[in-house]
Amino acid sequence: MSEARAQASRVGQRNRDWYIDKAVEIIVFIGGISAIIFIVGIFVFITKEGLGFLADTFDFKEFFFSPNWRPTSEANPTYGILALMAGTASVTGLAMLVAIPFSLGAAIYVAEFATGKTREALKVLVELLAAIPSVVWGFIGLSIMNPLIIDLFNVPIGLTVLNAGIILGLMAAPIMTSIAEDALKAVPDRYREAAEAMGATRWQVIFKVVLPAAKNGLLGAVLLGVGRGFGETMAVLMATGHAINIPTSVFDSVRALTATIAAELGETANGSDHYQALFTIGIFLFIITFLINLSADLIVRGVRKG
Amino acid sequence: MDSGSGMAISTTDLNLWYGTFQALFDVNLEVKPGIITAMIGPSGCGKSTFLRSVNRINERLGYVRITGEINVYDRNIYGEDVELVQVRKQVGMVFQRPNPLPISIRDNVLFGYQIHGQGKTASKSDQDDVVEDALRQVLLWDQVKDRLNAKATGLSLEQQQKLCIARLLPVKPRVLLMDEPCSALDPKGTEAVEELLWELRGKYSILIVTHNMAQARRASDECIFMLLGKVVEHTETETMFVTPKFEETENYIEGRYG
Repeated sequence: MSEARAQASRVGQRNRDWYIDKAVEIIVFIGGISAIIFIVGIFVFITKEGLGFLADTFDFKEFFFSPNWRPTSEANPTYGILALMAGTASVTGLAMLVAIPFSLGAAIYVAEFATGKTREALKVLVELLAAIPSVVWGFIGLSIMNPLIIDLFNVPIGLTVLNAGIILGLMAAPIMTSIAEDALKAVPDRYREAAEAMGATRWQVIFKVVLPAAKNGLLGAVLLGVGRGFGETMAVLMATGHAINIPTSVFDSVRALTATIAAELGETANGSDHYQALFTIGIFLFIITFLINLSADLIVRGVRKG
Repeated sequence: MDSGSGMAISTTDLNLWYGTFQALFDVNLEVKPGIITAMIGPSGCGKSTFLRSVNRINERLGYVRITGEINVYDRNIYGEDVELVQVRKQVGMVFQRPNPLPISIRDNVLFGYQIHGQGKTASKSDQDDVVEDALRQVLLWDQVKDRLNAKATGLSLEQQQKLCIARLLPVKPRVLLMDEPCSALDPKGTEAVEELLWELRGKYSILIVTHNMAQARRASDECIFMLLGKVVEHTETETMFVTPKFEETENYIEGRYG
């Protein structure tokens, strides 16, 4: 009898394992929701800093449609980001023209052709390429690409849309390669087997079966590259020439939204109109990149479900 | 080309290795044209391996090595002058799990037709005829004729498997290989596919691998029993199931091992 009672009381006891289990559960939960807390925190912070400008000086028409960014003018400061948007868009656009063929080609090679050690080595190298700091890329743009472009095209200045677009394209290509390769690998092997058994060649399998089946994932990869292009700061600051200008050719210097914040924020008075205007640009960038990444994510998820 | 033995498939001293593992030992087989031949045997006996080497789809693995000959209508498909694409055009393959491509039903039927060049010059109405003819042959036309542009992956498993057979037909193969085509299907689907096999019998030489003894008995003219990479017995189906020559065959058929 007493044996049974002892057994029963032991069942009711909470031992060490129970506490460890609970503690781990709580720690993992905090880790899990921290991303949400941080992103909400960042959004609240930049909104708070930019709010004064948004409420008082902000003029929707001037902000989005005026090419004049003259925040330091004594008499009549204007805050138009049209030229900056054009700068960011032109550099990102050119970067995608560079990055899409590179990354797609690399992804197809790694996912469909390379085997064994070649494949592993390439994957590591691609990831290594993605880890190069952006200031190093900026330095390459400034000291290698700049004189190269001046010599090659006989133009007065090499810090242009072309320079920044190529640099940014090379920067975005590794991450796009990684994602595109995942998308290609996610195509079930039985599709390839089916097509090959019918006598399709390697290229026919890739172009008629694998790429169409992976198209959502590939689109997601491109969108993430675009997001990367919008958000990139340091390399763009160093390679664009940082001149406010709506470009008419790839040999024009431009200035990007991100670079403007980076270059000017340190020189503004805390809380001034200029300071708050820069934060408003920050809100704008935040919303754009958020939307791009969100749609990329939704598109990639779509392909997993389907 | 048909001046030789006239066999649909004949092999001489076929040995096959996966890396260092030997999966087939001196296989000498003759599969007659125009009939259904079933291959039975326990898991790992090499029947799927044999089937897959007749379409040369085994080579995808990259570490497969073969000695001996496999002749399809008296032509060694491993010969040096043979083009892989032509082998696969002549020898169609149906897989265990239905694997229609994630494109429309119509495009699935036209896939092989187009990659083999015939589809490029064909007009739309010619293509329509090809699609209808192939789908009618597999008894699928009436079920899908109103949704030819729907995704093939949305069909039932039975319909998918029939479609996988249908898409082989437009390039006019002479041999159809089927690797347990009914193992993913329910009894009704199995019955429907077996019925289809009888429909196709005569027009094509069919070699079917099955785990299902009853299916082999119902749906084949001749039967090959394999064990541990070797052919044990090859006779008419009726003979094998009533009076098997070897003890191994008898034990397997009666379910003493599997």
